Formats: sequence, structure tokens, C-alpha cells
Amino acid sequence: MGRPLHPGAWWLWALSLGTAATRTTNPLLLALLVAVSAYVVATRRPDTPWSRSYGAFVKLGLAVLLIRLLFAVLLGSPIPGTHTLFTLPEVALPAWAQGIRLGGEVTAEAVTFALYDGLKLATLLICVGAANALANPSRLLKSLPGALYEVGVAVVVALTFAPHLIADVQRLRAARRLRGRPDKGVRGLLQVGLPVLEGALERSVSLAAAMDARGYGRTARVPAAVRRTTAALTLGGLLGVCAGTYGLLTAEGGTYGLPVLLAGVAAALAGLRLGGRRSLRTRYRPDRWDVRAWLVVASGVAVAALLTLASVRDPAALHPGVVPLVAPVLPLWPAAAVLLGLLPAFVAPDPKEPS
Amino acid sequence: MIRFEDVSVTYDGAAEPTVRGVDFEVPEGELVLLAGPSGVGKSTVLGAVSGLVPHFTGGTLRGRVTVAGRDTRTHKPRELADVVGTVGQDPLAHFVTDTVEDELAYGMESLGLAPDVMRRRVEETLDLLGLADLRHRPIATLSGGQRQRVAIGSVLTPHPDVLVLDEPTSALDPAAAEEVLAVLQRLVHDLGTTVLMAEHRLERVIQYADQVVLLPGPGAAPVVGAPAEVMAVSPVYPPVVALGRLAGWTPLPMTVRDARRRAADLRRRLESDAPQGRGELRDQPQPTRTRERSTPPTPVGALKALSVTRTRIRALRDVDLTITPGETIALMGRNGAGKSTLLNSLVGLVTPSSGTVLLGEAVPHRTAPKDLVRKVGLVPQEPRDLLYADTVAAECAAADRDAGAAPGTCRALVTELLPGVTDDTHPRDLSEGQRLALALAVVLTARPPLLLLDEPTRGLDYAAKARLVTVVRGLASAGHAIVLATHDVELAAELAHRVVLLAEGEVIADGPTADVVVSSPSFAPQVTKILAPQQWLTVSQVRAALGPEGAA
Repeated sequence: MGRPLHPGAWWLWALSLGTAATRTTNPLLLALLVAVSAYVVATRRPDTPWSRSYGAFVKLGLAVLLIRLLFAVLLGSPIPGTHTLFTLPEVALPAWAQGIRLGGEVTAEAVTFALYDGLKLATLLICVGAANALANPSRLLKSLPGALYEVGVAVVVALTFAPHLIADVQRLRAARRLRGRPDKGVRGLLQVGLPVLEGALERSVSLAAAMDARGYGRTARVPAAVRRTTAALTLGGLLGVCAGTYGLLTAEGGTYGLPVLLAGVAAALAGLRLGGRRSLRTRYRPDRWDVRAWLVVASGVAVAALLTLASVRDPAALHPGVVPLVAPVLPLWPAAAVLLGLLPAFVAPDPKEPS
Repeated sequence: MIRFEDVSVTYDGAAEPTVRGVDFEVPEGELVLLAGPSGVGKSTVLGAVSGLVPHFTGGTLRGRVTVAGRDTRTHKPRELADVVGTVGQDPLAHFVTDTVEDELAYGMESLGLAPDVMRRRVEETLDLLGLADLRHRPIATLSGGQRQRVAIGSVLTPHPDVLVLDEPTSALDPAAAEEVLAVLQRLVHDLGTTVLMAEHRLERVIQYADQVVLLPGPGAAPVVGAPAEVMAVSPVYPPVVALGRLAGWTPLPMTVRDARRRAADLRRRLESDAPQGRGELRDQPQPTRTRERSTPPTPVGALKALSVTRTRIRALRDVDLTITPGETIALMGRNGAGKSTLLNSLVGLVTPSSGTVLLGEAVPHRTAPKDLVRKVGLVPQEPRDLLYADTVAAECAAADRDAGAAPGTCRALVTELLPGVTDDTHPRDLSEGQRLALALAVVLTARPPLLLLDEPTRGLDYAAKARLVTVVRGLASAGHAIVLATHDVELAAELAHRVVLLAEGEVIADGPTADVVVSSPSFAPQVTKILAPQQWLTVSQVRAALGPEGAA
């Protein structure tokens, strides 16, 4: 198996595609974005359990789209329209529910608007699904700075815990059948709650014992001065971040907001870096950030940047009108920009090919 | 390498110390076996080596434990992680990451080894344990034996001087157990690793031990010595030793090979009345065979061309099986061969993909649980899954209600199977064997004609196993049909009239116990191997054949 790409690169690439999706409502461009992500996933996903999550995300995207359409049909839409498709019987609501409409006329404009809007959301979800399928989330956690390592392990343990819990629930519900009690229904589920929790607790305790015996939490001796500096930097940095954000969000703090925020972030990062000295831990086969990672990220960022630019330059093409209803056209150079996102399918290592 | 100096451990809230007067030394490069009945504190002694007792478990440790010169009083478990590798009873509870390769590296990462060292050791360990093909596999997809090897590998990579193992082979089929033991042999012989392990299945491990530390009873001081000396006084011993004691051999044989070389005389004495392959000399009732000859018995359970497919894997393929009243069937085969699936399809937990399952007239997966319990009872691998209440009395009352039996039925069964257990005991406080008996009583409350036991001897010592054998024989002679899925060849030899061997979901052998196990090198019990070509299965058969004056 080739040396896998840094998981961070995949996430940045996928999130950039997602960002690009938020810049447009043109269904052709959105479909193109989904196609690009699907092609890259199909050619570059490793053969692992989590890589099957792409299909689940696609289904989730479709569900979101359907729900959005259903709402538009049932609850109506503020979009004024003239092309009535059909009319649902309208439910008369009491006075306190004024402003809400149930049923009534369904116009082509309203449905089209909902379709575009839902498609945008679905594309965003599918892009996140692509990141999930291409990069193991727990590998991403391995790239955390040393000071946050223990938190990372806790998250990984929690991630593997959920499947165990589901298996426990299934086993115990099955056991109810052996006692002659109904094994289906909500009551059965509730009654196994306590044994499942007991089992989970026992497993956590034995995992904690195993981790302790395997050296989890060994720390290096750090001079007191360094320890105090770490604490001061981290705390000061976080305070700075809070104050800076507040400044940015209030009207008066426009001047000091940004510098304070940046100083806070810098201090917090320095604190984390210094805190890493306490940890002895080394990394086994760390993912390296190489040229290919840069290329993958660059292709994603390019798509996002070009579509942002296009949405400013040519808003009409990226947001096809619904009132009056016009057929969307595929704008040529934004479409070409989206195709840049295919680059990873050629530069990223093929996980199926032995190296 | 490991030194215990007059150690006693008292857990919080306990009146008596769990172990007392433990004083022994494990020299470097030896494989030492910790033996003893259940509940004598074997796990406590093992935990004291890694420092988990008392740092993690709480309690008071008197005396001193030193490992590679480090005192566990001043060193926490994590500070001993580079000299002691510990694998607990359940390897699944031991894994921190999700793939084999990451798991092997995890311990080294925590210790801060250099990346190139880690890389080299992971590759070496993959080769040493034969895991190279599995390196990218998610741990959840591995079989029991593979998991155990990964767990051992994951503590080996930091190159500990001492390896501590708690029941490494109890949950494994005979072949997987041999796989794991071969690895341990190799570590001791080639790398000079010191191994301390506890194991109930002495027949599997005693031959590899250099020394045995025997904890004869709760709170009793340990007996330390060469395996042959300790086994002469031990309350727990494998069949090979039982045969040696019966025949009066000194020193006692530890391996089948030793025993075979001494057994020529015994074989001659047995020659005249050796069973001729049909097991007629069995000292147990065999209602099946006699009844088969007169009238065809009505089966209590029948599988016809049963196939079960789960997530594209064929768990069972064209299985035919007929279970008649009074008969005991042992289901054997590798981990993952489909034994549990077969049992589950008999209680309707698994829906057949094709073929039929019948319990008398009923189809299990379409029968309501309330009616099903009167036709079939299953004690699952983890008997605890069946127990919900917080006292034995409440559990019994619930069982009577569930089964629609007269109040007190279950309690009477518990008293019979588990004398001396009080009403207010919490099921979690029972030992493994007691919990199994309680679950058995709960299942038997509904008087099912067919009783299924999934891996009943896991974690049981020889005494608990002997009690189980008595109980199951009693049930069989009372007309219950019993099917047990087990890896324990000695148990199958003791109990079963018929053995069904499964491999990859197919029945590959089905016949009288003597015929099936004698021909199989991994499923033959020790007595069979020792006395081959004569077909004896158990020590009790040999004892009966020799008669009261025959034993030396």
C-alpha cells in the first residue's frame, strides 16, 4: 500500500469544495461538484470500514433535499410565483399561528428555489462525507500537537466505544428472548439499559487498567519555570482569544479586536507547543505533509477561491433566477474551475496499488 | 526477575486478605505457571506484578514485589510499562486503537521510542507472531486467536523483560491455543522473556512450564516447585496427571509423550476390556442408542438443509442435524465455525436464509418468546446476560413468572445446583461457575426438553467443571436433550454421546464421540492420545475398567 496522503490535506480539500458549494445555487455547478468528489472518492478511497461512509453521506444529502422540498410544498414559501403546479387543501389555522400556512398553492418557482437551496446543503454534506471516506478521522487526531495527545486518545477510545455499546444492546435484547420476554419494542430496550451501562462501565475500567499498564500518561520531568510559563501562556492566550472575539463582534471594538485575537491565538499556540515538552510520546509513522498534500490542498482552495470570485463577478450565472423562472445554464469558466478539484484523483497515491 | 517477598493483599472492605504469604521468585527466562482453583487470587498475584494491584484496584499490599529491581510500591503501572507487558483475560478490553499495526505501535509511542526503532520492532513483531498479513486489518474483524496474538504482540513491542498473561488460551479453540502457546515458547526460548501466566486449562499449558506456583486455596500460602512435584499435591490437575496418579507413576508425566512411554504396561492391563470403538463401556446412561434400535425416537429438534447468510458471509451451509431426547451432542470446531449461529438458530435468534429449523412442531423464529422457553433453553456464552435482578431471590421469582411455573420452582433448582447460596446474594458477586449454575437454573425453570449450552466451561476450574458434568448427566438421564458448543475436548469426551464437527459453516463429521475425536489430532482428549490405539476417552472410564483393586 502506498504511503497514504496526510489526512489533513483531504479534509482541507473537501472543506474547500464545500465552501465552493456555498457560493452558488446553480444546480449544474453543484452536480458537477458532487461528481468531482464522487470521482475522487471512487478512485482514491482506501479499503477500510470508514471509507464506506460516503454512501451514507450521499443518502443523508438526498434526505435533506427531500425534506427541504417537502417543507416547501407543505408549508408554502415566501417566493412569489405565477406558475401554479397544483393546489393543496389549505388548513385553517387559529389566530395565534398567524404567518404559518399549511397547504395551499404550490408554485414551480417555490419548488425550484427549494430544490436549489436543498441541493446546496446536500452538496456540502456530501463533501464532508468525501473527507470522511478518504481520511480516517482517528488518523487526523494523531496529528494533534503533543500537548493535546491525551485528549486525542480519549476521543479515539470514545469513537471505538460506540460500536461496542450497540453490540451490547443487541446481545442483551437477544438474551431477553431466552428468558421468555419479548425481545422487540421500546420496553425491551429500556430494560436492558442498566445491564448495558454496567457492561460499558466495566469495559471502561478494564481498558483504563490496560492503558495504564501500557504506559499511558507517562510524563517527562519539566522544570517548574517551564510549567508556569506554559500555564500563563495558555490561560493568557485563551483570554486574549475571548476578548478579541468580543471586540470583533461589538461595534466599538473594531480597532483592538483583531490584534488582540491574533495575539491570543499566538500565545495559546506557544503554550501548546511548550506544553508538548511534558509529553514523552513519539509518533509511529507520522503522516508527512509532502508535495502531494500541497497539491491536493491547492486544488481545493483554487476551486473555492475561483467560485468565490465568480460569484462576485457574475452573480447571475451562479445564482440562476427563479422569479422569473429561467433554465440554469452552465457557466463555462466556473465549471472549468470546479474541474480543478479532480487533481487529487491523479496526484494522490492509489491505495489499492501495492508500492 | 520477579520477586514476591511475603506479600499479602487485602482489598478495601474485605475482612480477610485475598492472598497471604506469597513468597517466591521467578528467575529470568523461565515460564512459570500460576495454577489453582477459581477465586484463590491468581489475578491478584498477576496484577501485583504489573503494579495494577494496588495502584489501580485499591486495597492494601503488605510485603514487597520487585520486578527487574523496581519496587512496585514506588513505581506506578505506567512506570513499569517498559519492563512488564500485561495481557488480561479479555483481549478486546485491551485494545486502544483500531488497526493491528497501530495497536502494535501504541505502547512504544507512549514510552517515547524513536520512530525508526518503532518501525523496526513493529516489523519484527509482525513476523514473530505471524501477523504480517493482518497488519492493516481493523481489530474488530479478527478471530479470537488472532486477537490474542495481537494483544501479546502489542505488549511485546516495547521489549519487556516480563510478560504477564491471564488465561491466554481459555477462550480459544485447540488449534488457536496451540498457535498462541507456540509463540510463547518462542519468546521464552529465543528472546529470554520471563513469562508468568495463569490458566485453568492445565492440559494445554503444563508441558511448557518450568515451574508451577500453586495457590491451593483462598488465603493459603503458595506451593512452588517443578511441575511434576506440584501436580502430585495439587487439587487441580489435567487428565494426563490424573491418569498418572491412577496408574501410580512417579514422577508424574506432564506431557502426552512422557505418559505414552510409560503406558505400555497400562495398555496391556486394559487390553482385555478395551472398548471397541463404539464407546459401549461408557460409564454413563446411553438411552439414545438403545432407543434407536427399538422405535425411531421423536426428535426434539431438527435442522434440515439449514443455511444462514449474514452480511454476505455464509455462517452455516446445508446443515442437517436431528436431536433426540436424552442425547448429549457436542458441537466442536474453530472459533467462528458457526457453532453459536447454529445454537442461535435453534432459539430463533437467527432467521434461516434457507432450510428449516423445527422444535417438535414449532418454528423457533416465529414462536413467541413466552412459548419458546418451554421448548428450548439456551445458556449463552456470557451467563450474566441472562441475569437482570439484583438478588438471587428476585432472579428466581422473575424466572418463575417468565416461565409460568409454580412459585419456588427456580429456587428449588438453585438449591439443587448451587447449595449454600443465600437469597440476598447479588448475581454479580457469584463466581463464574456459580453464575453459570444460576443461569442454568433460570433456564431450566420452564423445563425445556432441549437445553443448549454455549461454551459452558470458559473460566471454570476442574471442580466447577466436574459439578457441571454431574448436573448435565443428570439432566440427560432425566430425558433432556442437550447440545453444547465447546472448545473443551475433555468436557466433550466426558459428556457427549455424539460429536458434530463444524468447519466454515459445514458439518464435516457427525458420529459417536469415540469415533469422531479419536481420529482427530486436535480434538482427541489426552487419555485417548496416551492409550491409542485403544479407544479410551476419559480417566473415569479407565478407572472403572481397572476396577477397585486395579489402581496401584
